[in-house]
Amino acid sequence: MVAVVAPLMFSRWGRSAFYLLAAVPAASFAWLLAQYGNVYSASRPSPALDVPWIPTLGLNLTFRMDQLSWLMSLLVLGVGALVLAYCARYFKTDDAGLGGFGAQLLAFAGAMFGLVTADNLILLFVFWELTTVLSYLLIGYARTRIAARRAALQALIVTTFGGLAMLVGLIMVGEGAGTYSISGLLARAPALVAAGGTPGTVLDVGVALVLVGAVTKSALLPFHFWLPGAMAAPTPVSAYLHAAAMVKAGIYLVARLAPGFSGTEYWQVLLTVLGLSTMLLGGWRALRQHDLKLILAYGTVSQLGFLTVVVGLGSREAALAGMVLVLAHGLFKAALFLVVGIIDHQSGTRDIRELSGVFRSAPKLGVVALVGAASMAGLPPLAGFVAKESVFSAFAANARYGAAGPVLEVAVLALMVLGSVLTFAYSARFLWGGFARKPGLPVTAFEPVGWLFLGAPALLSTLTLALGVYPAPMETWIAPYSAQFAALDPHGLHLRLWHGFTLPLALSAVVVAGGASMFLLRGRFEALQGKLPPMPDLERGYRQSVVVLDLVAIWVTGRTQRGSLFFYLAVILATAVASVGAVLVLTEPSWAGQRYFLDMGSPLQLVAGAAIVVGAVAAARADKRFMAVLMVSVTGYGVALIFALQGAPDLALTQMLVETIILVAFVLAMRSLPAGLRERAAGARKLVRILLGAGFGAVMVLVGIVAMGSRTATPVSLSLPKMAYEGGGGLNVVNVTLVDIRAWDTFGEISVLAVAATGVASLIFVRGRGQRLARAETVATGSVGRIGGPGMLPSAVVELAKRFAVVPADPWLVAGRTLAPERRSIIFEVVTRLVFHSIIVLSIYLLLAGHNGTGGGFAGGLVAGLALTIRYLAGGRFELAEATRISAGTLLGLGLAAAALTGMVPLFLGGEIFQSAILGFDLPVFGHVKFVTSTLFDIGVYLVVVGLVIDVLRSLGSEIDQHEEDGIGAITLIEDDEPLEVVR
Amino acid sequence: MSVNLTLLLVMGVLYAIGIYLLLERSLTRVLLGLMLLANATNLLLLATGGYAGLAPVFHKDIPAAAYNDPLPQAFILTSIVISFAVTAFMLSLVYRSWLLSRADQIQDDREDLRVARQDLFDAEEDSEIAIEVSDFHENNQPAASREMIRQVTLKTAKARGQHPGGGHGPGSRPGTGGGA
Repeated sequence: MVAVVAPLMFSRWGRSAFYLLAAVPAASFAWLLAQYGNVYSASRPSPALDVPWIPTLGLNLTFRMDQLSWLMSLLVLGVGALVLAYCARYFKTDDAGLGGFGAQLLAFAGAMFGLVTADNLILLFVFWELTTVLSYLLIGYARTRIAARRAALQALIVTTFGGLAMLVGLIMVGEGAGTYSISGLLARAPALVAAGGTPGTVLDVGVALVLVGAVTKSALLPFHFWLPGAMAAPTPVSAYLHAAAMVKAGIYLVARLAPGFSGTEYWQVLLTVLGLSTMLLGGWRALRQHDLKLILAYGTVSQLGFLTVVVGLGSREAALAGMVLVLAHGLFKAALFLVVGIIDHQSGTRDIRELSGVFRSAPKLGVVALVGAASMAGLPPLAGFVAKESVFSAFAANARYGAAGPVLEVAVLALMVLGSVLTFAYSARFLWGGFARKPGLPVTAFEPVGWLFLGAPALLSTLTLALGVYPAPMETWIAPYSAQFAALDPHGLHLRLWHGFTLPLALSAVVVAGGASMFLLRGRFEALQGKLPPMPDLERGYRQSVVVLDLVAIWVTGRTQRGSLFFYLAVILATAVASVGAVLVLTEPSWAGQRYFLDMGSPLQLVAGAAIVVGAVAAARADKRFMAVLMVSVTGYGVALIFALQGAPDLALTQMLVETIILVAFVLAMRSLPAGLRERAAGARKLVRILLGAGFGAVMVLVGIVAMGSRTATPVSLSLPKMAYEGGGGLNVVNVTLVDIRAWDTFGEISVLAVAATGVASLIFVRGRGQRLARAETVATGSVGRIGGPGMLPSAVVELAKRFAVVPADPWLVAGRTLAPERRSIIFEVVTRLVFHSIIVLSIYLLLAGHNGTGGGFAGGLVAGLALTIRYLAGGRFELAEATRISAGTLLGLGLAAAALTGMVPLFLGGEIFQSAILGFDLPVFGHVKFVTSTLFDIGVYLVVVGLVIDVLRSLGSEIDQHEEDGIGAITLIEDDEPLEVVR
Repeated sequence: MSVNLTLLLVMGVLYAIGIYLLLERSLTRVLLGLMLLANATNLLLLATGGYAGLAPVFHKDIPAAAYNDPLPQAFILTSIVISFAVTAFMLSLVYRSWLLSRADQIQDDREDLRVARQDLFDAEEDSEIAIEVSDFHENNQPAASREMIRQVTLKTAKARGQHPGGGHGPGSRPGTGGGA
C-alpha cells in the first residue's frame, strides 16, 4: 500500500525517499523476528490468516507463516530493506521515473512476501505472476535503452510461458487432490501419490508442469538465457530480483512441494538432470565473461542449478543443506551485486579489461567483496563453506544409503564437485577482474565510497561471516522443515564449521585445488574455450522461435485480413448458410404445423407478393441508379400493402411514410452522382454472389418453416390487449406496447435515431450543424438555384416564370421569391400553401390519437416531416430554414429529454421506471378527458422523428444544394478533408 | 402453429436479392441490398404472427386470438424507423464518399494489404545493439566502449541498409519509426 503513494514521496524528498521505503520491509523484518516464538512453538499451529475471496472457486486469501515461509521471508524482507536503502545512494536524485521505480521495487518486496506466505495454490500463482510483471517493469527501468526494453520483454515472455504451464499444473494438482490449500495438499499428497492409477498420473503430470514454471523462473536450462539478459536492469534490481528474491521463487516452490511430491514420477529426473547441467553450463559460461555483472549472472545460473538439485532431493540432510545454501547464496550474491554496483557507480565501467587497481583505491570495498567471493567459492570460515560442506555430506549419505544405487548417486556427487570447481574459478576471476592491478592497464579512476553506500553490502558480508563461524541458529531455523523428510544418514547431519577430516572436507580440498589451478591457468583455459565448438546458443533459439512466430502471424493475417469487404461478408454468410443448413439437414427437424400457401384471410397477399418479387428482381438488374432506387421502393410499398392486409394498419402507415421520405432523400442525395451504376462485377465473383444469395434465401425460408412449425406454446401476446387496456390505458395495443409495455426498447430506439441524425448532419456539414442558416430576408429575389445558360428551358416559359416572380401580390410561400424563376412552380407553391397546415394538424392528430387508434409518435412525426419536405421542395432551402426556426439538434434533445423524464418521474413518485399513470379531468368544451402520461413519452418520440427528418432534409437537401451552387459537386478530385469547408 | 408460405417465399426472394446486392462493390447497391434485407426481416417477423387478423385495437368483445399478433407488429414498427435512420446515414456516407474520392465504390483496405506484405525486420527486436558495461554510460563513458558502440551502430545501419523491407525503403513503413 505504501508503494501506491511512493511516487509522491519522491517528488518531495528526492532519492532519500528510498530510506523511507526501506523502512517498510525493515519494519516487517522486525515483526518477523518478533514472530519467531509463534512460528517455532511446538504446541501452537503456525500463524495463519484466512479471508474468503471467491469461495466458489476454492480461492481464498489464505496466508500461513510456517517455518519455511519464515525463513524465506527473512531473506526476502531483509535483503529487500538493504537494497532499498542502497538505492538511495545509487541513483541520482534527478533520475527520471525514480518514484515509479521505488514503488515497483517495494511492491515487488510485498509480492514476494505474499508468494512465500500464500497457502493457496491459486493465490500463490497470483503473486507469482505479480512478481513477473513487476520484474518486467524493473528490468525495463531505463526506458530509453533498447537493451533494457528487449531484456525486459524477453524475461516477461519466458517466465510467463512457464507461469502458464504452471497454472495448468496447479489446477491439475488442485483438482486431482481435491483441495487448493497448500498445507492440505501436502498432508494428502503421500497417500495420493502412493495410490497411483489415473489420479496418480494426473498428479505426476501436474507436478511436472508446475516444475516447468519453477524451472523458467529460476532460470534453469533450457530457459537460463533470460537471466544474463536481465542484467540490463539497474544493479540494485539485479541484486534483489536476480540473486536473493525472484529467482528463488522457483527454488521455494520446489522446497515447498518437495515433502509431498519428491516421490512423483518425473520429479527427480527433471530436477537432477536440469539442475546439474545448468550448474555446469553456468559455471563454464561465467569463466568467459568480461562484464563483472555477467560473471555474477552466469554464476547465479550455476548456483540455481545447484540449489535445485539439493532442495529437490527430498532427504532430511539435503533439505537442511539446501536451505542453508539458499540463505548463504542470498547473502553473498546480493552483497557481490551491490559491490559491482558501487564499482560501476564510482568508475563508470564493469569491464574487467578496463578495471585495474581498484583494491588499492577502495580497500574496504575490496574486503567486503573478498568475503562474499570467498563464501561463493566455499572457503572457510564463511556461510558458503558450511553450506557446501553440508551439501557434500548430504549427497555422500545419499550415495551410501540412497535408493537409486551408488553408481548414479556418486556420479551426481562428482558432477557437483566439478561444478564447485568452476564456481571457485569464477569467484577468483571475479575478484581478480574487479580489484587486481593488471599489468599494462592504467589504474582506474575511482571516487571514494561513502559509508552509507557501502553499508548494505558490508552488513550482508558480516552476516556471511557470522553465520559461517556460528552456524547453529540456521540449524534451529531449518530443523522443523527438514524434519518432514525421512533421514538417510543414521548419524544425522549437523552444521559445523569443523567436522574433522571427513569426506566432505576432502572434496572441498579438491574443489579448492582444482579451482585455483584453473584460475592460475586462465590464459590457456580461455584459449581452450575459444577452440571448442560453440555450444548451441539457446537465446538465439528463442529469437528464432520469435521470428517464426512473427512469420506465422504475418501469414495468417495476410490470409484472413484481406482488406476486402466482399471477402469478409462472403465468409460470414457462407458460414451462416453452411452451419444452419447443416443443422437443418442433419437433425431431421419436425415439420409439424399446418402449412398453407394462400391465406384465406387476405388473398390479395399473393398479388402484393408478386409485385414485391418483380420489384426486387428489377432492382437487382437495373443499371440506372434511380431505376434501382425506384424498384426497391416498389418492394417497400408492396410490403406496406402486405402489412395492411395482414391487419397491421400502424405498420402499413409508417412504412408508406418512410418509403416516401426515403425516396425523396435518395433523389436529393444522389442527384450529383452519375446516373449509371458502373462496374458490374463479372465472372467467379458474380457466381459466388448468386450462390450465396440463393442459399441464404433458401435457408431463411426453411428456418422460418421449421421454427414456426415447431412452435407449440400459446403466444405471449395473447395477454397484451388486456394489459394494454387496463395497465396502459389505451386501445391501440401496438402503440401501448411501444410507449409503455416495452418503453425501454423504444427509448433505446429513439436514442439511435438521434445518433443517426447527428451522424447524417456531421457527414454532410463536416463542421458544425449548420445552425446559422441565413434568413430569407438577406437573400436577393430569384438568386437561388439558377440553372444558368440559355437553351435550358424554352424562353417563353422563362419569360412567364419571370413575370410570375415579380408579381407584387402576397407570396404564397415565405421564401418562395428567393428561388430562381425557372425553378418555381406556381401550382406546387399554391398547393403547399393550402395543405401544409392541414398536414401538420393531421400529424398532431395522429400523435394524440395513436394511443387509442391508428397512429402514434412515429407516424405523426413522419407526417410532420413530410409536410416539411413539401415546403422544402416547393420553396427551396430558405423556405425550409424559415419553416424550422428551431434547430434539429434542439428538437432531438427536447424529444430525448421528454422521453427520459417520462421514464424518470415515476421513480420519484414511488413507482417503477416508465410506469404510466392515467389522469382523468374535466375540461369545459371536451367534457371528461382521460390523459395517460405515456402520451408524453410519445411526444418525445414525435419530436425525435421530426428532428431526424429535418436533419435529413437540411443535410441531404439544403447543404447539397449549396455544394452544387458552390461548384463543389463538380470538382474532379479532392484529396483530403480540408477543401470541403464550404465557403459561405 | 400455422405457416404462411406466401410470406416466407417472398421473404426468401428478398433475402436472396438483398444478399446479392450487398456483395457488390457499388455503395449504392449495397445500401439498396440492406433495405431489401430490412424488408425481408420485417416480413419474417410478420409471418410469426400467423394468419391475417383484425387490427389490434382493443375491444372488450373480441377474443385476444382474433387480433393479428401485436408483439411482432411492435418490433416491426421499431425496425422500420431504425432502418429509415440507418438508410439516411448510409446515404450521407455515399454522398461523402463521392465528394471525397469521386467514387461510390468500396475499396480494399490498403493498410490491411500492407500488413500482409510487411517484412520481418523490426528495429526494436532485430537491430543489433551495443553491449553495455555500465549503468552510467551517458555521462562517464570510457573511450573503448564509446568506440564499440559507434562500430556496432555503424554495422546496424549497414544491416538496415541492406534490408530494404520488401520493396520500400526504411521509414516508409508506419509504426516502426521510433521503435518504442
